[in-house]
Amino acid sequence: MSIRDRKIEDEGLIHGVSKLTTDKIQQTFRALIDNETGAKLKAFSESCVRCGMCAEACHFFVSHDGDPSYAPVGKVAQTMSMLLSNSGKVTPEDIYGMAQVAYTECNLCRRCIHYCPIGIDIAYIMTTIRRFCHKLGVTPQYIQDTAHSHSATMNQMWVKDDEWIDSLFWQEDEAREEFPGLRIPMDKEGADFYYSVIAPEPKFRTQLIYQAAAIMDHAGVDWTMPSLPGWDNSDMCMYSGDFEMMGRLKRQHFELAQKLKVSRIVMGECGHAFRSIYDNGNRWLGWKNYPVPVIHSIEFFAELFEQGRIKLDHKLQEPVTIHDPCNIIRGYGLMDKLRYVVHQLCDNVVEMYPNREHNFCCSAGGGVINCGPPFKKTRVEGNLAKAKQLEATGVKVCIAPCHNCHGGLEDIIHHYELGMELKFLGDLIYELMEKPE
Amino acid sequence: MNSLYNFAVGPLAWAAFIFLAVTAVWRLWSMSSLAKKKDASSVAYMSWRFSLRSIFNWLVPYKSLGWKANPVLTAVTFVFHFSFVILAIFVTPHQILLENAFGITYPTLSPEAAEILTIIVIACCCYFFYRRVTNPTVRFVTRANDWWSLGLVAAPFVTALLGSWGIGGELMPLLHVLSAEALIVAIPFTRLAHVIFALFTRAYIGSEFGGVRHCKDW
Repeated sequence: MSIRDRKIEDEGLIHGVSKLTTDKIQQTFRALIDNETGAKLKAFSESCVRCGMCAEACHFFVSHDGDPSYAPVGKVAQTMSMLLSNSGKVTPEDIYGMAQVAYTECNLCRRCIHYCPIGIDIAYIMTTIRRFCHKLGVTPQYIQDTAHSHSATMNQMWVKDDEWIDSLFWQEDEAREEFPGLRIPMDKEGADFYYSVIAPEPKFRTQLIYQAAAIMDHAGVDWTMPSLPGWDNSDMCMYSGDFEMMGRLKRQHFELAQKLKVSRIVMGECGHAFRSIYDNGNRWLGWKNYPVPVIHSIEFFAELFEQGRIKLDHKLQEPVTIHDPCNIIRGYGLMDKLRYVVHQLCDNVVEMYPNREHNFCCSAGGGVINCGPPFKKTRVEGNLAKAKQLEATGVKVCIAPCHNCHGGLEDIIHHYELGMELKFLGDLIYELMEKPE
Repeated sequence: MNSLYNFAVGPLAWAAFIFLAVTAVWRLWSMSSLAKKKDASSVAYMSWRFSLRSIFNWLVPYKSLGWKANPVLTAVTFVFHFSFVILAIFVTPHQILLENAFGITYPTLSPEAAEILTIIVIACCCYFFYRRVTNPTVRFVTRANDWWSLGLVAAPFVTALLGSWGIGGELMPLLHVLSAEALIVAIPFTRLAHVIFALFTRAYIGSEFGGVRHCKDW
């Protein structure tokens, strides 16, 4: 019933805490409180009445038979409350546990806010713990690797500049066999928009670039893809706690749009990347509004359907269900647009409950899946709730417009033997649209 | 005993209320200055419309996901807070004190109604106690502060009830006044601080959900 009972060996965490002393921890905590946190943390910490109402909100808690150490307030008790009540005087071993809680047992999905009468944002508190751990150098190895990649290459997956360009050429080449006139216009100045993706697309989901190009070609839009760093809109630094890098990434993403003189940016079907532009990265940079308009794929596809730019060959008859990704639904309110697009594509939509902004997280989000294999079991076993939710729909196709949700749900579907298939909106549009003979 | 009682309901009560008012204003002012200084990127999204929307929706029992998931606690919480406020304002002795001090008169509760409401508040406190002991999550996160806060809240009601039954003689009314004053003074420094801050944290998160997240927060 405590994080100490389930310690998981992780090279990054082991190495990080090996260099800590209680003094260093205390000093760093003081600096965090003095220089970074403010009234939010103070008011949240002082107003929480420890009622435990948030417990039922969390898929980790629900999936672990009500183990209190997985309750949102239980996670705060083992991390921030412990630090605050001891003025940061805790042991390196305590920090190990705190890092494990904050990085791997909380998806920062914010579902618990819907359960708290006081309105306490526990995701913010957990983010602050991650920031603290980052400052201490105690981060899980895999997510730290992605953060290193961001710093060195400005993309998440160590994709080299020429590999990125090659991937675009390769996909263009492949797609021209099916769509002879298709182009992936590179660095086209003054296009209506540039399309940004996350680095896992060129790395191991390259067919998504193919599909996007096919859809753009079909819809006849004026678009471009950039050859320069900044093409990757993802942001694991936001989750590792490296906010300085988060700021650099977001700045570059927008500056690229300015360089290309495009009217706006369309972002691929990703949740966390979107969170990083509308919620975290922009705040770090002090931007209330975007320097260049930016929309998510869901909004973009809805626009294409509204304008009649997508002609379908047929609609999908097989029953489908919708998974609402936290970062674009509870985070950005795109639930109606998502349903509009899905209903354009499918005749038989079975809702999954609870849904919309009340939906359960996939348990991969918040950078948890990026903490890698050591913590796979944590997130899969920690989301029996989602498995039950999926199973209760009785359908075999689930639409999830977010990469991380795909990763997380795939593992859940496999582990709990649900036999379901996952689809992006792009998968379905590509599959169902009219194609040249 | 009588002069002690007069001191407690007189100067000491003034002192307690002034202390609460000053510390509450000071705490809110320093919190808002801190927010402006360190949380400007959150303050930027504060909105009256979304603040009030959130507060209103959370004031409706069983409207939010949280209230729905905890049906008994929800009932007890609403009944407790409602009864607390009604009793604090509308019991006859409190009105008399206010009349003596400021000349304010208004209708008050009958002694029977006051007794029933007091028993209800004590029963609610007993439930909070029971839940703190038996609910594993609540027990896991309960610290001394929580027990102090609960005790401080319950004490004025227990002493009021015992006093009205004539138990403890002249001592009980004195204990009632002293415990109520202890409660008032403790508000800014214990879990009871939610009395001061909850409206603002609610308003803030309501503004975030309305203005940034474009969805409801209940």
